[in-house]
Parts: sequence; structure tokens; C-alpha cells
Amino acid sequence: MTASCYSYYPGCSLQHRSHAYQQSTEAIARSLGFELAEIDDWNCCGATEYFSVNRLPAYALVARNLALAADQGAEEIVVPCSACFLNLHKTDKNMKLYPELGSKVNKALAAGNLHYEPGTVKVRHLLEMILTDIGVDRLKDRTRRPLYGLKLAPYYGCLVARPDSVFDSTEQPTAMDKMLEALGAQVVPFSLKTFCCGGHMTQISEETALDMIHRIIKCAADSGADALVTLCPMCQLNLDVYQEAANRYFETSYQVPVLFFTQVIGVALGLSPKELGFGQEFVDARVLLDKIQDVPPPRATPARRSKQALPMPAMPE
Amino acid sequence: MSEPRVGVYVCHCGHNIAGTVDVQHVAEWAMGLPNVVIARDNRFMCASTGQEQIEEDIKQFELTHVVVASCSPHMHEKTFRNACARAGLNPYLFEMANIREHASWVHPNDREGATNKAKALVSAAVHRVVHQQPLEPMKVDIRPETLVVGGGIAGIQAALEIADAGYHVYLVEREPSIGGHMAMFDKTFPTLDCAACILTPKMFDAGGHPNITLLTYSEVEKVDGYVGNFQVRVRKKARMVDESLCTGCGTCWEKCPIKVVDTVWEAGLGYRKAIYRPFPQAVPKYPVIDIENCTYFKTGKCRMCEKVCPTNAINYEMQDEIIDLEVGNIILATGYKLFDARRIPQYGYGRLENVFTSLEFERLTNASGPTEGKIVLRDGETMPQTVAIVHCVGSRDRNYNTHCSAICCMSSLKFAHLVMEKTGAKVYNFYIDMRPIHKGYEEFYHRIMEEGATFIRGKVSEITDVARSPEEEGKLIVVCEDTLLGRQRRVPVDMVILAAGLEPQADAQEIAHMFGVGCGDTGFFIERHPKLDPVATMTEGVFIAGACQGAKDIPDSVAQGAAAAARVLGTINQRQVTLEPIRASIDEERCSGCRICNNMCPYNAIDFIEEKGVSRVNPALCKGCGTCVAACPSQVITGAHFTFEQIMAEIDGIMIDVLSDRPVVEAV
Repeated sequence: MTASCYSYYPGCSLQHRSHAYQQSTEAIARSLGFELAEIDDWNCCGATEYFSVNRLPAYALVARNLALAADQGAEEIVVPCSACFLNLHKTDKNMKLYPELGSKVNKALAAGNLHYEPGTVKVRHLLEMILTDIGVDRLKDRTRRPLYGLKLAPYYGCLVARPDSVFDSTEQPTAMDKMLEALGAQVVPFSLKTFCCGGHMTQISEETALDMIHRIIKCAADSGADALVTLCPMCQLNLDVYQEAANRYFETSYQVPVLFFTQVIGVALGLSPKELGFGQEFVDARVLLDKIQDVPPPRATPARRSKQALPMPAMPE
Repeated sequence: MSEPRVGVYVCHCGHNIAGTVDVQHVAEWAMGLPNVVIARDNRFMCASTGQEQIEEDIKQFELTHVVVASCSPHMHEKTFRNACARAGLNPYLFEMANIREHASWVHPNDREGATNKAKALVSAAVHRVVHQQPLEPMKVDIRPETLVVGGGIAGIQAALEIADAGYHVYLVEREPSIGGHMAMFDKTFPTLDCAACILTPKMFDAGGHPNITLLTYSEVEKVDGYVGNFQVRVRKKARMVDESLCTGCGTCWEKCPIKVVDTVWEAGLGYRKAIYRPFPQAVPKYPVIDIENCTYFKTGKCRMCEKVCPTNAINYEMQDEIIDLEVGNIILATGYKLFDARRIPQYGYGRLENVFTSLEFERLTNASGPTEGKIVLRDGETMPQTVAIVHCVGSRDRNYNTHCSAICCMSSLKFAHLVMEKTGAKVYNFYIDMRPIHKGYEEFYHRIMEEGATFIRGKVSEITDVARSPEEEGKLIVVCEDTLLGRQRRVPVDMVILAAGLEPQADAQEIAHMFGVGCGDTGFFIERHPKLDPVATMTEGVFIAGACQGAKDIPDSVAQGAAAAARVLGTINQRQVTLEPIRASIDEERCSGCRICNNMCPYNAIDFIEEKGVSRVNPALCKGCGTCVAACPSQVITGAHFTFEQIMAEIDGIMIDVLSDRPVVEAV
């Protein structure tokens, strides 16, 4: 396997509902020159529910993917979905941490002639891989259509940021913010970066779910964002598909498109919106493309503070 | 020379040793070791009866060497050496085996193993002790001058105590004025007296004292020597203002066109000029040019301060001055640094404008602060109607600091009082435990409760600006689990004060290294003994006082400053100090003059004697570390009390097979 070829676990969402994530991931991979080799015969990670229903089979279900990846010679796997990422990462970690669990899982895997030695396969989120291996500087160099004038709210969700953050901070990560800025976009201050989108709460208590969704949409709109940028199919689904339901429930009329970060990178790389899966979303994101300007907008002068105003603490780099 | 006669004493230390080690058996067994004429066990060797036993036995059995198997030599080596000396035996013919820290305490569940280990340790000491030589301790004169590092309240107190007793003090402070954190405060708990009113008299005393040389805007660069005779190099940074001409009139900073956020004395909440005096009561009163922000130093133009100075005191050519001091003792009072609240991003400091730190609030409420004491929001004008005070920010939290910062409960109560008094705002205190432990503190806590402050027990999980209801709009919402109510709570407020914890100074490690003291796992300097010797360190002649030793409030800092001064005065009055005679010496007959040891010595204690072509150890500088002994290719350097013979004998002793009583080597 060459350095720029990654073993890839797409997860179920990307095959179905979140096809735009898959399409845009493939498109930017082609453009940036890395390959994604899908693990042969992978299966569902069990999403967020299975672990609370029956833990051992849930671990075994996830571990099967790790075992397959290891058998197919992978030292690391790249995962675009936050839930898949968390499950794979957690299984690898807990099998090592609790050897008894590890041996039970391996007993189950043995039925399919598989075995997984925890620690063999490093589980990586697609965003972390792009930020680390490709890097913000190279993305900036490769940018053909800078996202001038676009105001974006970076939304990390809860699964990737916590509990073992792969980014700079569990509570207020800034890794994706820096990337979006490098692509020319303006990142708005967004307090609910790592707030939960509700996950599958829509199926359990719709009112609760709509409240959570509404909060995030409102916060993004209040911050002046043109769109939310996500890195998780679940978050994208909740915020996009249920936005209309939330509007109805709260008697609001928000129209905040919800993009995958890969779509945003793709636009900046100059790829066609169709190739990036634009148009598949419920809240039309194509309007964003018209907002992109040819020249960087003049730097907004910070609101004039009164003469008596006290200085803000200077943020460390 | 007649045969050596060794006495062995095995201590029970109550249950500390005897609870695990079979001390009686160890003593009986020791009787069989070579040269041992008497071996006893005793409940407390350190008690006077234990010591007297040694003295009697030395006389009765004509003992030539003594071994005590008990605790660490740090505790009682001196006790037993003195007992030997009283009976006429040279104290260096005594050896200690540590069977408490090295056996009973570390193997509490293995009686047999611990007993065997104790036997091996006793055997090592018995084998070694017969090779020990009588040594005479060295006496050196003590210089009466003292260096105090740090001009906060602890350092000022220490300096004044020593100076008032008639001895000279060099008080070194790296900022342009002494005063430390206390100079930034408005009121002090629990009496609410004005911080400046009680501090500035001490500052002026220190500034004008005939026995104190004040070295502000100065830092210690190098320390050599040893107790009684330290050589200290201090860099006095160039103020660019001639202190002999300046009158402190203030024209220069009034006219200076450059305004800079003052991150030191205003905690980042206010501004100062590029030429500035930190605060009105600064000692000394002279300003200093901040050359990083001064236009003249950046572009070569401006010179405004020079133009307006009525006494021509501005001197842009001024250079740093190097001052070499000789002192007998050193007191470190380097203070603390405030926990950086940005490390807890969910509290929003630096992101949400009306989140303040405790130090910012001190400036906000201080009459000489940026708002002249008006408690207002970051916009500089709006008075808050509800204020949250969050306790334990960065303290008692294993993500940041595990220690309790000791002052935050009380300063938070003080803040609550000041907010209510000055603004009439509703105050919520979010605490995890209230710890008002000193005199008058509990009473102050009750007073603040009676004044109407609300106390919510629970650690704050988040401070957010995202409203969930109309009454939360435009507010900061403090989210926490109220552990007394058993409910999640969201409290909307206008202003949040984070009671940030106390941390060691950013350069505490370097300071510790320079002065030869240690830093504990929380980063504060380590005292010689946490209970019985809290201001001394493991380095003779170096003392610590105040918050550099651990988080503490003003009364405790003052007490430690005075305590350290008392210790220093004690050694000065002895006029001489006794140094351990454990030193290296070079056999000059056999020295080849290769000079390898010269550069190895960490204390620069080895000189090369050109005319003889040999190296020689300066016994006053040598600390007996043994580096040169190991390095010498001709093996002609001897470490007194750690000779090859002694160490090999000790190894032979410890290698005994305690089960067969035969040396391990013999068994092989």
C-alpha cells in the first residue's frame, strides 16, 4: 500500500442517506491525490444503539471490521462517520484495556475464522487524516476557488470531540476552524461547536430532538453563519432533514444549509457542485455557491468599543 | 590496631517497623555478624533511653563503631551521631541502616521478606562501619548579609525582620516595583481592610530601610557557593531612567503617546504607557521604559519622555548592570502565578466578554484600577445586576491542578460582599466545598450568607451565551449540577468571576535549579519537612517563604516570611556554620594532572595547580557528590566517608545470604 493509499471504512450512512459525503470524499481524494481502498466485506458498526442493548455482540460486530482490516494488511483505517469512528476506536481501545473483553470478542470472531490483536489498526477520522497528512497549508495551495465571503459555522458534534478528542480541545476545538479559514471562508464564533445534535433522539422523543436541533440552527443563524459545516452523517441528517420540522414546531423560518466539510473543501478545490453531491440536501445548499465572491471581502472592522471599554484578554496562539 | 567492636541497635519505631519486621530476630541474628559485640532491639531508639543505651554500651563494651537500624538518616542520623559523640566516639564511626522507609513501610504485607531485607541492610551497615574513619567537621564563617528573592508580601516581611535585627538584606524583585500580588488587591479578607493601606507602609519601610538594598527590575542570574558564603550574580535591567535624577513627577508617562495593555499590574484589564510607574504607591517611585513597546526603541523616533523630563533623567543609552553579591543566606519568596482560565474553554474566558478572572475583578473593584473601583461589565459602563462567582477554577481538578488553592473560598466571599455593597447585584457562588478554615473566616462566610449571597453547591460544567428561554437572552448562563438539590441548574447572569487557582511561577523549575532546591509534583518548592521544617530546604542556607512553597493567603505568607527570617537570624548569630566533612580529596603524589575532574565538577570546586601540574579540591566548595571520584582515570581521588573500601564492604555486607548466613559470593 503506498503512503497515499488508505484503508477505508465508509459505514452504512455514506452508502445511503449521506451519499453526498461519500461522493465529495471520493472527489476530493481524486483531486488531492490520495486513494481510499474500501475494506472488503465490512459490516455495520452498530451505530449508537447496539452498545446499550447488548455489549458483547456489539463489540464483536465492530471488531470484525478491525480484524478484516488487519487481515487485509491495513495499519490504519480512515473513517468519515463520527459514530463509526467512535465505535471502532472504542473497541480497539477497550479490547486492549480489558483483556477479558478482548478474549471474549476474539472467541466470537473465531466463529468466522477471524482474530483481532488490539492496537494493530489505528482508527482515524477522515478530517483528522486530512488535517494531519495533507495539512492546511497544502489545502490552501491547492485552493482554486477561495470561499471569499462565505460565513461558516464549524460544527464538530459530540462523538469525535469527546471523550478521546482527536482534535486540539474536547470542548472548543479549532482545527476545522483553521482549515475553513485557510480555504478563504470566514468562520463565525459558534458556541455550540461540540453540542449534541440529538443523535437518534428523533426516534425516541421528537420534541426533545427538535429542541436540540433548533438550538444549534438558531445559534448558527444568530452568529451570522451562511451554513453549518459538519463531519458526521448523523449531525448532517438531523440538522438538515429535521430543520423544517423544527421550524414548524418553534414557528421559525430558518434556512441554514448543512454541508459536509468534504463538500466545502471540494468547492474550494474548484470541483463541480454536482460531483460533490450538492442538491441532495433538504435545505438547498446551492444558494451558497452564489455567495462566494471573487475577491476577499474587506476585513470587517470590529465594532467600535466605547472609550471606557475594558480590554479583552488576549487569546494565546 | 585492636579488633573493631561494633554495637548494633534495632529500633521498633512503635509499630512502624516492628509491625512488619521481626526486630527481635534481626537483633539476635546481628549478634552473629563479624565484629559485633552487642546487638539489641529497642522500642524507640530516638528516645532518650535509646540514646543513653548507646552511650552506656560504648563505655561498657568499649565499642569502636555503632550501627542503628531504624528510620531514614534524614530523620535521626544527627541524633545518634550526637549520642556517640557524647560517649566520646567520633560521630563518623556511626552508620545508619534504614529499615523503615526501605523495608517495613514498603513491604507492609510481607513480614518474612521485610525481615530478611532488614537483615541484609543491617549486615551492609555492619560490614561498612568498621571501615569508617573518624572525621572532623569543617567550620566556616557565615556572612551576615542575606538575599531575599521576590518582593511580594512574604519577601518584604522577611527582609524587614532581618533588617530590623541589624543585618543587611538585598531584596531582589524582577518587576519595577515591590508589592507583588497584594499591591493589586483592593480589600483583604476577612477584615475587609484596605490592602494598600496595610501594605504600603511596609513597602516604604523596605524601600527606605538603611539595612535594605532594594534591587527592583532585577533578576538573579547565577548562584555559587554554599551556606554562609554564597556568590550571587544579579542583572539589574536598564530602566532607561536615571534614579539619581528622577523625581517621579509623572510628566513622562502623562505625555508618552503609546498606550499598552498592562498584563502585570492591571491583570490585562487596564492600560499603561510605554514609560510607566506600575501604580501610584510603587516603591521605588521611578518609572521604567518598556523597550518592547517604546516608539523610540522600535523606530528611533519620538523621544517625547526625554523632551518633557524636567530633570533630564531619561537615558536611552542605559545598559543592564551586573551586580555581584556575597551573602550568607538566601530566602526565596518568588510567589505564584494565576491559573490561565483559558485552559478551561467551556468557561469561556477570553471568548465571552463578561467572564472575568479573580485578579481582573481585584483591579475592577480597586479605586486605583482602570474603572476607579466601579464594578462594571467589559463595556466599561454597565453595572451588573446578577453576578456568578465560580470557585475552584483550575484547582481541585485532576484535569488541571489537584491541589486546593487555599485562598479562593475567602476571596470569593470577599468578591460577593464587594459586588453586593457596590452594585446591589444578586450574587451566586458556585462552590464544591467551602473551606474557610482560619481565624475569623467561618464568621465571614456566615456574614456573607446573611448579606444575601446565594450559595449553590456544584461544579460548573459550562458557561454559555446560548439562551434557551427569553429570560436567558443576552445573559451568560452558568450551567451546573446543584448537588444539594439533585438537579441541573441554569443560572442566567450578567457577569461571571472565575476564582482561578494559584500555580507555581512559570519559571519555578529554573529558579529551583539555580538555587538547588526541589519542586514537588504540584510544582511548588519543597520544604525540608512538611510539618516540622516548612521554611527550610534540603540546601543549607536556602529558605522558602510564601506562595512559592504552596498556595497560601496573606497571613500565612507573612508568617512564613517572618519564620524564614528567624531561621536566617539564627544562623547569622551562630557566626559559624558546621559543614559535613564529606569531601573529595586528591592524592597529589599520584595525580597525573589530566584535568578530567576539573570540568566534571558541578560546583567548580577543583582547581588546577599550574606550578605542580596537579588538581586540587577546594574543600569549602566541594559538596562530596563523588562525580570526580568516579571520573578519575588514575583512581587517586577519594571521597571521605565514601571510600572504595567502605563501599565495597557495604556491598559485601548486603550480598550476604540471610537464610544461610553465608556471603552470597561464598555460596557461589
